Parts: sequence; C-alpha cells; structure tokens
Amino acid sequence: MTGQLNWFCGGIALGLVFVLAVWFVKPIGVSTQFVIFDGIVWSKISPGLIVEDPDSKSGYTSTNPYLDKSGGKYAKNIANPFNYSFIFVICIILGAFISALTKGPKASVEDRIAPAVWRNRFGGDPSKRYLAAFLGGALVLFGARLAGGCTSGHMMSGMMQTSVSGYLFAVAAFAVAVPTAIILYGRK
Amino acid sequence: MQIILAIIIGTLFGFVLHRVGASNPQRIIDMLRLKDFHLMKAILFGIAVASSILFVGMSFGIIESSHLSVKASYWGVIIGGLILGLGWAIGAYCPGTGVAALGDGRKDAIFFVLGGFVGALIYMLVFSSVKSSGLLESILGGKSTLALTQSSYPALIHTMPGIAVALVIAIIFGLIAWLLPKSAS
Repeated sequence: MTGQLNWFCGGIALGLVFVLAVWFVKPIGVSTQFVIFDGIVWSKISPGLIVEDPDSKSGYTSTNPYLDKSGGKYAKNIANPFNYSFIFVICIILGAFISALTKGPKASVEDRIAPAVWRNRFGGDPSKRYLAAFLGGALVLFGARLAGGCTSGHMMSGMMQTSVSGYLFAVAAFAVAVPTAIILYGRK
Repeated sequence: MQIILAIIIGTLFGFVLHRVGASNPQRIIDMLRLKDFHLMKAILFGIAVASSILFVGMSFGIIESSHLSVKASYWGVIIGGLILGLGWAIGAYCPGTGVAALGDGRKDAIFFVLGGFVGALIYMLVFSSVKSSGLLESILGGKSTLALTQSSYPALIHTMPGIAVALVIAIIFGLIAWLLPKSAS
C-alpha cells in the first residue's frame, strides 16, 4: 500500500471509514469545527462570549446568535473543546502526516506551495497561490456553514444516508466548481 | 471512550484522505476541470460502499439507526453549495482535505485553513440576517431521505423497503464509478 491508492481500493477505504464513524459514533463532519475553533479564540479575547446557563438545553449560552442556536450546542463545545468532533478533526492532520511518513504519495517542495497546474498557469510566485487558497478557504467555509455541512458532512455522509440535502448540496457545489475550474485552469 | 474513538477514526480519515490523493490540490483541480476522474471514481465508489454497508448493517440491527444524522434541506443548502463550489475551484481544498493537507506539510493549506476561519467567522456574524431572510426554512420535507431508515426521518420513497432503495442507489453510484474513464483528453 505505497503511493496513491487506485480508485477501487481508495473508494473502499474511504467508504469503510465513513461507515465506521456512523457505526461507532455519528456521521463524519468537518466544517463545524472551524466555527468551534473561531469560538475558542474569540472567547479567549472576550470571555463573556460563552457563559454557563442552567436554563439552556446544553447548559451554555452565547451572546453570538449562531453559537447560541440549537440550545447552545456550539457554545457548549467551545467551552469544552476536548470533545469528539473537535479531536476528530485535529487527528485528521495526524493521519495525513502518518500516511506521508509511511510511503504515501509524496509531494515535492514546489507542490507544497502550489500544485503544478497552478504554477503552469499563474507562475511560481507563492503569494498568488497563498492569496487564492485564503480566498478559497473563506468562500468554502462560509458556503459550508450556510449549507450546514461540507464535502464530508453533506456529500459523503449525506449521500450515504440517502439524505436529500446531500444530493442538493453535491449538485450545487459541482455546478459551480466545474465551470470555475475549467475557466481558471483550462483543460490542457 | 469517545475521545479514543475520535483519535482512531480521525486519524484513519486523515490517513485515507491522504492515501487516496484527496489532500492533493492537483487531484482536486484535475477532477473539477474534468481531466482526471480518479478522485471522482473513488468518491462515488466510497459512497456506494459506505451506503451499502450502512443499510445492510441497519437491517441486521448491527448499526443503530439512532446514529444517523440527516441534515435538513433548505435554500441555503443550495446557495451555500454554490458558494462552496466557487471556493473549492479557487482554493482546491475542502474543509477536510485542507486540514489533511496540513499533515502533508502543504503551505498553501495553511492559508486555506486561515481563510476558512475567516469565512466561518463572517457567517457567525451575519447568521441573524441570514436566518431572518428565510433561507434556512425547510424545503422538501426538511430532514428527509430517499430511502426509509427505521428512524423518524421522512423518506421520499416510502413504498419500498429502505435497504432496496439504498442498494439500487449504491449500485448506480458504483456503476458510474466503474464506467467513468480514468482520464479525459
């Protein structure tokens, strides 16, 4: 199992991880944890953001309406970052690191700054790629929060449960991503 | 126990994302510009595998249907998906693959994740106006599925057993994965 897995083995491995997560805990999701991280930082700066409240369903409330929604469940996770979903996302970094160490697909020094297709199209200046990655990240997480999930939560976890929202999300995401990618990078 | 599971499943997820090439932005761009369907085949087949095992597991009572978590459908899902699609093509990462790419030592992923913190923060700040716009009101039955799931989620196809519907969908996904060419010219 060295280098990149072919689609068949890769698909099985991916499918098994997603089903394992539902079997033992709950469907995989990632994008919520960006909110939790923001909340952790924000509540360090302004400690009044999250307060304990025995009347709230989760036991916590927040002055931010988004963190306060659904009985303050995000507020609770921000107050207790050592929870399943947050640790899960942190460990994704560890897993990829282990794969890279154990003969997984190798990225060159240049690839770690910008993929080859980017360098061919926009040149080797790292700052351009970093700016695009930053802008892309902002759009992706804003979109994911509006949609209530991302590629993991809506597309993979959603469609495996045959969730209607998962199909809606997937069609919408690809409907914009494909033409944008073709315009940005060409097909050569 | 939950934390141990988080460590095991999270690490496995990051490992597999990296091994399948999903944390490589080149692979994402080549999929999105319809040039290399490796990742698309892996994703479709992954959904087919996961869905088949899930529905078979639930019908044998091995996987508890209370573990399911179906997300609601509302206009924001579609609009959010469109916005995410734009950022996906520009940044060439998704939230999960961007985090995985950090473990691969990719510097552009650091900027993607930082941008992600900003995007999520902006949403937190505008949430009240989004909510009052009605974009978050349920459509299509809210937390609905196509196949019956033995839980309280409404199913659009409720005249057939859930496992049959789910397996037919899984076979279609698997067939598309199989028939898609590896690459296009």
